[in-house]
Amino acid sequence: MKTILLVFRREFAGYFATPLAAVFLVVFLGMATGLTFFVASFFDRGQADLSAFFLWHPWLYLILMPAIGMRLWAEERRAGTIELLMTLPVQPWQIVVGKWLAAWVFAGLALVLTMPLWITVNYLGSPDNGVILASYIGSWLMAGAFLAISAAVSALTKNQVLAFIGAVVVGFLFVMAGFDLVLAAVKPWAPQVIVQAISSMSFIGHFQRITDGVLEIPALIFFVTLIVFALWLNVRILEVKKAA
Amino acid sequence: MSLVEARGLVKRFGSFTAVNDVSFSVQRGEVVGFLGPNGAGKSTTMKIIAGFLEPNAGEAFLDGHNSRTDPMAARRILGYLPEGAPAYPDMTVGAFLEFVAGMRGLDAATTRQRLGFLVDRIDLSEVWNRRIEALSKGFKRRVGIAQALVHDPAILILDEPTDGLDPNQKHEMRELIRELAPEKAIVVSTHILEEVEAICTRALIIARGSILADGTPADLLAKAPAADPSRSQLVKTTKLEDAFRAITLEQAGA
Repeated sequence: MKTILLVFRREFAGYFATPLAAVFLVVFLGMATGLTFFVASFFDRGQADLSAFFLWHPWLYLILMPAIGMRLWAEERRAGTIELLMTLPVQPWQIVVGKWLAAWVFAGLALVLTMPLWITVNYLGSPDNGVILASYIGSWLMAGAFLAISAAVSALTKNQVLAFIGAVVVGFLFVMAGFDLVLAAVKPWAPQVIVQAISSMSFIGHFQRITDGVLEIPALIFFVTLIVFALWLNVRILEVKKAA
Repeated sequence: MSLVEARGLVKRFGSFTAVNDVSFSVQRGEVVGFLGPNGAGKSTTMKIIAGFLEPNAGEAFLDGHNSRTDPMAARRILGYLPEGAPAYPDMTVGAFLEFVAGMRGLDAATTRQRLGFLVDRIDLSEVWNRRIEALSKGFKRRVGIAQALVHDPAILILDEPTDGLDPNQKHEMRELIRELAPEKAIVVSTHILEEVEAICTRALIIARGSILADGTPADLLAKAPAADPSRSQLVKTTKLEDAFRAITLEQAGA
């Protein structure tokens, strides 16, 4: 536990060592509120809820989470510090979890900064705060899934740009998994079971069920499972790279 | 028993064999110099022994612990300075060394005591609060050495510890290695021949992934070809340099 915390602290402080943190927070808040008010017409809807806000999260995260996650391992490889880190007497999974946790808490911080929106809808009307809370938790877990994928992809390369692009591509497949764009490529040759399995990976589908206030628990479990799997994959990638 | 033992290490990258059947051992009190041209396989061998890379064949033991099957025990007694002395540029020297001490499981009192000693011995007090990215090459290298010594390990593997240092700093680094030597097994890679004469009790000459010579600096000197009187001595070379050239070029020509 102490090791995870040490890695977490180092990595979290790393975000604030450069203007990256400030730039990211401004871009995130700007885009999140901009999309809510101007594209989804928050006021014209005349409803006291935050669905116009959460609607955009999968798309926002698709670009912004890889931007937070791309440096996690690629930067270590480029700077050579990975050699230092991986020869310390600690388990690789502790480092993997510590790094991911730093990125996830950072994403959580960005999410917390959108709370004025929540306060606003409560001032304007009486929204279902249970659904909003579930949506925040769901959104944070979805961010965690994007970040775990980004971290695993980042472990493959020493080039941050490649890590970013790779994570966006993989994330895009998950976001679009329920849509015809992805399913049409699989349907002609794959058995029905596989097509269904792929469509059940859809980030948008799961997240929508959370924001609609139905079937939250299975959707939450989906994101947690995916995070655990991607972190496991991250550890495996590090091991395979060692023998390569 | 030897503290470091390499048995038949082989490492291939694709079709290129970087390390080809390398075996050697290092006892406590020995300072072994890894000597070889660039790209000879020095760093790769060190990475395998430190447990950063897995060999395609062979095994490395640190104080009897297999670096592959018992990595935690092996890493605990190892201090390792990787090639280029990497460190986190966004951290201060103090924060970085405390981070490494914490990751190595040192308690607060031991950390204070060890860092106090190292700051004095390696002369880091003036840069303690400075970010690593703002350090000169010499200080960066010293931070790398300090990081390797935090837990007072029995085994030290130092990849080019004096690279980038000015002559005075080189001298200090050699003094430090000499001072640490009696209690530890130390492996140092270098391509500076005078360094081998200055600090090493034994030298291994490596080229194209294989060990070509293993002996005391004096043994190696004996392999230097007799000076050829017909050749004009435009470039003044040391005897050890002649030996090095004779050994490594002979293999290249073969």
